[in-house]
Amino acid sequence: MTELTSSVAPPQPALGEKLKFYGLWVATGLVLLVLPKVFGSGGALTMFSLIGISIIFSLSYNILLGQTGLLSFGHAVYYGLGGFLVIHAINIFGANKLPIPLPLVPLVGGLTGLFFAALLGWVSTQRSGTAFAMISLGVAELVASSALILRTFFGGEAGISANRTKLFRLFDWSFGPQIQIYYLVAAWTLIAVVAMYALTRTPLGRMCNAVRDNPERVQFVGYDPHVVRYIAFCFAGFFAGIAGGLAAINFEIANSAYLGAVQSGTVLFSTYIGGVGYFIGPIVGAIFVTVLSLNLSDLTPVWQLYFGLFFIAVVTFAPGGITGLLMMHRPLVRGGTIGRVLPYYLVALVPTLAMVAGLVLTIETIVHHTVNPGEDPNIKAFGMSFNASSPITWVLALFLVVAGYFVARKTWSWLARAWDEALTAARDKGYHV
Amino acid sequence: MLELVVISTLNGILFGMLLFLMASGLTVIFSMLGVLNFAHASFYMLGAFFGFQISRWVGFWPALIIAPILAGALGAAVERFGLRRVHRNGHVAELLFTFGLAFVIEEIVQIIWGKSPVDFRIPPILDFSAFTIFSTNYPAYKMFMLLVSVAIFVALLVVLKKTRVGLIVQAALTHPHMVGHLGHNVGRIFMMVFGVGTALAAVAGVIAGPALVTQSNMAALLGPILFVVVVVGGLGSLPGAFVGSLLIGLVQTFAVSMNGSLAGAFGPLSPDYAQTWLADIWGVTVAQIAPIMPYVLLVLILIFRPMGLLGTRET
Repeated sequence: MTELTSSVAPPQPALGEKLKFYGLWVATGLVLLVLPKVFGSGGALTMFSLIGISIIFSLSYNILLGQTGLLSFGHAVYYGLGGFLVIHAINIFGANKLPIPLPLVPLVGGLTGLFFAALLGWVSTQRSGTAFAMISLGVAELVASSALILRTFFGGEAGISANRTKLFRLFDWSFGPQIQIYYLVAAWTLIAVVAMYALTRTPLGRMCNAVRDNPERVQFVGYDPHVVRYIAFCFAGFFAGIAGGLAAINFEIANSAYLGAVQSGTVLFSTYIGGVGYFIGPIVGAIFVTVLSLNLSDLTPVWQLYFGLFFIAVVTFAPGGITGLLMMHRPLVRGGTIGRVLPYYLVALVPTLAMVAGLVLTIETIVHHTVNPGEDPNIKAFGMSFNASSPITWVLALFLVVAGYFVARKTWSWLARAWDEALTAARDKGYHV
Repeated sequence: MLELVVISTLNGILFGMLLFLMASGLTVIFSMLGVLNFAHASFYMLGAFFGFQISRWVGFWPALIIAPILAGALGAAVERFGLRRVHRNGHVAELLFTFGLAFVIEEIVQIIWGKSPVDFRIPPILDFSAFTIFSTNYPAYKMFMLLVSVAIFVALLVVLKKTRVGLIVQAALTHPHMVGHLGHNVGRIFMMVFGVGTALAAVAGVIAGPALVTQSNMAALLGPILFVVVVVGGLGSLPGAFVGSLLIGLVQTFAVSMNGSLAGAFGPLSPDYAQTWLADIWGVTVAQIAPIMPYVLLVLILIFRPMGLLGTRET
């Protein structure tokens, strides 16, 4: 019976583990510090700031989706309200010359998010699953529509703006140049990421996982799943508010798009594409989606279509997201059997890429003929030039799609077989995760 | 006043029946597959655009038949080749799949038909006023819409209650596993139900297209209201969806026709507050808050009856 009664506290991690753990955070901080020295252009700094904001927002969303199993379609409500309150706060602090420096202002956003999450969350979190998803959607529509009615506070269609440099200055930081905003966002990102990581390690974080996996059993242990969901919801609202506040500071404006369905959809996309199963997933997703949405629009006019198709592909073929996909290979790497799979990857990659290229060619050709039929048929997409009216293009596209599909299906089944063998070999060596 | 009540009731019932055309499919799909089809309103939009395109080529009446069949076939294909695959990954993945699908459908519609409204006209044969009630001319096309939706409602009721197919569908609503054990091809039933459900939404699209605005954002506008309907009625309850549809239809139509505001009821606000946000609340008319009425109703229902009006199931 002695095996069943485990010790009260888990064993203290070894010193080496601890060093590795804290070293990771310190290293992250250092990277954030030197990043603008390497990529110092204005565009890069803006992109880094947006990525930082997106990371906080996505991680806050993952408190709901990944940790607690709540699929929300209205998370932007807390982001947007945080942003609006921050803009109002900057205006009020600036007008009254209150001694509050800008770095503390995102807290206003966080507290706003917390307040509204506490207000709206109790009703929303009464149920989980599909009902919660629909309720979050309804609440989001309610807030977004109300924002257009309360024009004085939300500024109608145009939104409201503020001047971030008018605040009380600490150490003579004006926060006019983007580099200072970058450091502000980076500092808050690091704080928020550490805080949210710590949250997953608390008993509350563990209870959230339990509520996600088996709410009935949680009730038997003596917890109320509704309360656990509610607390998680409040935390998510708090961090979303911080993200919204930082976004408002970055753009010096807040408008109704902040709380709209598009914003809620974007955070859902980036979190899910990154992967909800791992803490680092939303970070990867936020970086990926932000970079993609900033750059893809230069390559093709219908980038949102590709984006949607990519999301569907992730949901269908890789429900674990990018990190889930990478983490699948961990036992193979540790067991040393990854080498058996890699050649099959290369083989499968060729027809798959051909199929994707064919699809892109088809889409671009169709788009050209429906959107601007009268114009020059020599079009350019993803850096390739081709003639959208020539039959050669059509035949090539059709061939790539059809042949690519059949060959890819074959090669992927080979890959699956090689994968199974490699995984079994790795498991035989004792590497299960 | 009486005129307003009569006209608003008629319009409300009409809007409610249109909502029910969609909500019924959504509810049956949800009960059987356990997935709330986020793209359901997108099939309504596809119905409207298919109807527009086909009525340009061969006229409105063939379009009324062909467009829903096309959309329904598309829906069945989505179930067969998309959802069934995703089903392994759990309910969240299924919901997200339909969410992505709604996004993609909107993009495709925008690419093909553009962002501005298309010129989808009422067929000339129905372009007259059916009757005049207190000085208001009630258009015949609206009566036609009402007729079509009531006819489909009755047909649906008969099929569900009186035929063998309906019996199986009803059984699959509550006990899908048992239906499978009894030897029915549950996969095919699911595919058919999905196809019929999306086809019903497309019918609503074709008949609503000429009366309302046929535009690429129509799915995004109507979708959330549709979900409010099914949550208010009770997830998975067909009678609930009916009550919810009529309720939302009537509430929204009556709200739009009312012009009262707090300022009208209690007199204008004192000028001290004229520049504050209180002035917004004071001056807003009932008609202006009509778009948020369904959501207010949703929150109220959730507070007082979380299961929905006629709902019984937890999820």
